[in-house]
Amino acid sequence: MSKNMIMAGLGVFVIAVLSPFWFNMVTETKAAPKIELQGKAAEAKKCVLDKYDMRANHMSLLDEWRDSVVRDADRMYHAANGETFNMSLSTGENSCLGCHDDKEKFCDSCHNYASVSPYCWECHTNPKEIE
Amino acid sequence: MNQRYLIPLTAVFLLFLLAYVGVEGAGLQVVFGVLIPYLALLVFLGGFLKKVLGWAASAVPFRIPTTCGQQKSMDWVKQNSIDNPNTTGGVLLRMVFEIFLFRSLFRNTKAAFNRNASNKLSYSWEIFLWAGALAFHYAFLVVILRHLRFFTNPVPECIGWLEFFDGIVQLGLPGIMLSGVVLAAATLFLLGRRIFDAKVNYISQAADYFPLFLILGIAATGIAMRYFTKVDIVGIKEFTMGLVTFNFVIPEGVGGLFYAHIFLVSILFAYFPLSKLMHMGGVFLSPTRNMANNTRAQRHVNPWNYDVKTHTYDEYEDHFRDKMIEAGLPVEKKE
Repeated sequence: MSKNMIMAGLGVFVIAVLSPFWFNMVTETKAAPKIELQGKAAEAKKCVLDKYDMRANHMSLLDEWRDSVVRDADRMYHAANGETFNMSLSTGENSCLGCHDDKEKFCDSCHNYASVSPYCWECHTNPKEIE
Repeated sequence: MNQRYLIPLTAVFLLFLLAYVGVEGAGLQVVFGVLIPYLALLVFLGGFLKKVLGWAASAVPFRIPTTCGQQKSMDWVKQNSIDNPNTTGGVLLRMVFEIFLFRSLFRNTKAAFNRNASNKLSYSWEIFLWAGALAFHYAFLVVILRHLRFFTNPVPECIGWLEFFDGIVQLGLPGIMLSGVVLAAATLFLLGRRIFDAKVNYISQAADYFPLFLILGIAATGIAMRYFTKVDIVGIKEFTMGLVTFNFVIPEGVGGLFYAHIFLVSILFAYFPLSKLMHMGGVFLSPTRNMANNTRAQRHVNPWNYDVKTHTYDEYEDHFRDKMIEAGLPVEKKE
């Protein structure tokens, strides 16, 4: 193989390996979303899980809730902090979106940031969108 | 137990513990999360370039393609233009098949004694190494491409499609990614082959086991974080984005497992140019694959041949004609 082809190949390889670096230089990189409690949630100061657990583990909790509600009709969740919550994503005041009422900020901002597209909303609706 | 795999296994365990304890016990997030990954990247790129440039500088004076089919001959003899190419186009096709489909591994055979009374040595086609290798390499590629979601924001749409198809079975929550499962299974298969197949075991060295254990460690820590122990993915993305935009953030509450994952990946990168993993670059430079078999149609002269001083018979006779005639030897020209 000729020297020129090898050099060209190496060039392509280096560019590909360093792509995460230059990609962020040539495109406009958005900053991470600022996570803050809003509305009722900011006043309530109590949630189903503590802060880190909530960030890391909420999807598993929702999965457990779904099984509990659909299979066992058990809708009450006794949290580690002694509070009792209604197991619901989007229905009523005592649900996830009842308290954190801005889906854009509460759900979508982080999911978009981490490129996660949960299928919650294939069945559930954002209560604010029903008019 | 066999120390050729016991030592690499222990090494990977110790490396894992080093990062885990370093972060959980000594709070060395900056060392394991920032310094070592950058160093590893430098070693990877520098070592890779050095290796390939070294290969590029070495001499390939002769055409040495392995011929696996009928070569170009008379018009009425059918040529196998991929397995015995005589044109650049044929070579290109051969290389594409080699690089993307591992064509030469597809022909893998195994030798074994017949189990019946005749006990003859016989060869049979063995496709599982090819299938396992193909599954392993493509799963690893998909896993690496999926990780680009941690290094871009907004994430390019094509990465989203990849995630969609990778998670298409929608099993569990967070949904299972097929590439991760295939990667772990294929690595285990390639490892099992080295341990349980006596003939492969006999020729396997520590350098064969180490990358397998290392990749298993990387896959296991990644799978553990995604499906079992769970981590704050937004915090981690802030960290990884910090690495590629030189704006470092150490996320709160992210534990030793994550840093162990990063550390094992760094070790893999740094180890890469020093090891057999360089077949990634080497496959492109295989002279037995990337040369056209056209030695009968074209004359190839060794490029560093110097001018050899020749002394032809005519010159010899010119030189010694008188003496030859004197001695009565026959000459071609009398004058």
